Amino acid sequence: MKLTQSLLAGTALALVAGTASAQDMTFVSWGGAYQMSQQKAYVEPYVEANPGVSITWDESSAEAVARLRAMNEAGNITWDLVDVVAADAIRLCDEGLAMEYDPEDMLAPADDGTSAEDDFGDMIVSDCFIPQIAYSTTFGYRTDMVPEGVDAPSDICSIFDLETYPGRRSLERRPINNMEWALYCDGVAKDEIYDVLATPEGQDQALAKLDTIKDDVIWWTAGADTPQLLADGEIFMGSTYNGRLFSVIVEQDQPVAMMWDMQVFDLDGWIIPTGLSDEKLEAVKDFVYFATDTQRLADQAAYISYGPARQSSAPLVGEHAELGIDMAPHMPTNPENAENTLLYNYEFWADYRDDIDAKFQAWLAQ
Amino acid sequence: MALTIAKPTSAIFAAGVAAVFGAFFGIFAGTAQGSGLLGFVAGGAVIFALSWVLASFMREQQKAARWGLAVIFIVAGFLFAGLPGVVTGAIFGVFFGWLIFFVASGRYRTGIPPYATPRQVLWHYAFRIIAGLILVFLITPILVVMPLSFNAEDFFTFTPEMLAFDPEGYSLKHYRDFFTNSDWQGALWNSVRIAPVSTILAVGFGTLAAIGLSQPHVPFRQAIMAILISPMIVPLIISAAGMYFFYSRIGLQGTYLGVVLAHAALGIPFVIITVTATLVGFDRSLTRAAANMGADPVTTFFRVQMPLILPGVISGGLFAFITSFDEVVVVLFVGSAGQKTLPWQMFIGLREQISPTILAVATILVGISICLLATVELLRRRSERLRGMSPS
Repeated sequence: MKLTQSLLAGTALALVAGTASAQDMTFVSWGGAYQMSQQKAYVEPYVEANPGVSITWDESSAEAVARLRAMNEAGNITWDLVDVVAADAIRLCDEGLAMEYDPEDMLAPADDGTSAEDDFGDMIVSDCFIPQIAYSTTFGYRTDMVPEGVDAPSDICSIFDLETYPGRRSLERRPINNMEWALYCDGVAKDEIYDVLATPEGQDQALAKLDTIKDDVIWWTAGADTPQLLADGEIFMGSTYNGRLFSVIVEQDQPVAMMWDMQVFDLDGWIIPTGLSDEKLEAVKDFVYFATDTQRLADQAAYISYGPARQSSAPLVGEHAELGIDMAPHMPTNPENAENTLLYNYEFWADYRDDIDAKFQAWLAQ
Repeated sequence: MALTIAKPTSAIFAAGVAAVFGAFFGIFAGTAQGSGLLGFVAGGAVIFALSWVLASFMREQQKAARWGLAVIFIVAGFLFAGLPGVVTGAIFGVFFGWLIFFVASGRYRTGIPPYATPRQVLWHYAFRIIAGLILVFLITPILVVMPLSFNAEDFFTFTPEMLAFDPEGYSLKHYRDFFTNSDWQGALWNSVRIAPVSTILAVGFGTLAAIGLSQPHVPFRQAIMAILISPMIVPLIISAAGMYFFYSRIGLQGTYLGVVLAHAALGIPFVIITVTATLVGFDRSLTRAAANMGADPVTTFFRVQMPLILPGVISGGLFAFITSFDEVVVVLFVGSAGQKTLPWQMFIGLREQISPTILAVATILVGISICLLATVELLRRRSERLRGMSPS
């Protein structure tokens, strides 16, 4: 029949079009402004220099671990380079789903000749993790909702102070960060937080502190939630990634300000999935060498307020690409912003995450 | 059927009916101001007083009374809430002006048989109001999306400028973003490439299956039918995970063909169900008559059976098309980033970056759906008229 013939011809054509040339690569990232910064700082210059290459983005970093497990089980790896947070990189590395690499061999040295390993320093938290940026989880608040005659909040513990700062707050729907903040504001010294949190009594103490504000908390799951709630005036203050707050304050011009106290640093970077063909692997390595050099990482900071992972990139951070404002004061690593900070404790959470998560979810459901 | 003659009712009765509505709307106004109960009482009392005055003293000057009421409401609305208050006030003023005299003149009784008891009259109108409220409940989410898609800000928020009908608060920038952004255009192109092909496959296979399964001599008809419509019953996520592992093995995962086949599988049950339903009324002696006159089965199908079951085929095809066009779960599993469809792109947009571009796309899609359904309905009526059947 004619219909069948044309259908068959159509599918044959589609199959031909679908077979990838060696230079088609699929990169996985987070979407939104962050992916845009990667596109502008790394991908566009790279594609310009290598016209044969074409890159497709898949915005699936949020479920990268689950998807890579499924791909591995199905024996069909369709991703070539995956952007994940450091904690996920560690898990993927342990499970053998991410490729171990040698920084000396795969990453460019700094301009002054410092080796990549020294330039990234202790940012390389796993043998599979190729660091890109340092970001932080911190608070933003509505400037027009600060009660009259009260100073704007500048202390993390104002989150728990409903009397001075009435109004709803948004916190991430997971124990990480929230438990640390709760203990800190319950009088636990900063360097003892994880010792206390390792004990069941300490966990109960943190939850009891969170319990004091539970009725006024909206729990978020996506990084875009808190900015939306702040713009709506639904909440007075809320935690989210500092780059999101930068976008709300500077790019969207909302009446919101940052509260940097006790911001929690975390890292984000690439991993290369195991099981790529040799040809693909060469292409990916070539891109990674280019995209993680000193200048490229500094360029990324012109589009989003996340700090470059290389020490040698920091002095090169310049102005916002469109707004022309100096980016340095908006970086979480800026000395003024980083007076009192915490670093995501990968080891602690790798060991205790499942237990504390169960407790936290049970507490949420009460 | 103006069997019932309109008999003027008492002013108290008209004012009482109007007061019920006044109290109902007062709840909303009161809740917005902080106290629902106060709004309920105040709304009821104000409307009762106004209606009683109008129904008692101004029955003869109906036109003047209605204009006057509208003006009072507009002025009150302006004093309370400025320009938006004027619009709300005008709507309520016109509504209550109509309502008071509709009740007071007894016109509400026309159209209802004269022997209807007061309770039946009440039910007659209550039924219409309940039906109206259900309609509002169903379409409000869609209606809310439309003005928000013209938001000048990048958030899902009714800004003060928008509520004040300030042109500054509105913008077409999210529509511009949709039409110029390569991500959205790529997603649109993928959807347009995938949905029609999977619809054709679903309609072809689904119609054949329905015709085959309607033959009484086919063994295990019920069992085969149950298997074929299972994609509709099994939770989507289970079909999706199953397809993911199966398609990965045979090299279809992440290909255009894979997504088309997966969507065709989801669309087939809709076609089978609608075509089976039309086949119930199909007279088998027609095919025997065609065979008797020398037509082979294929000719019989296309010349006799197909035209008669066409409405079922078309509506099944429409459902299959919408299934593919709206589907996000299966395509997330079976597709790769190269087959990102519109719903996939919207899903990403919602999770990663709450941007009203999603609302602009939703508004465009609602518009397309309405056009599509209206066109199909008009075509169906036209063909029925041409065939001498009355439009149903």
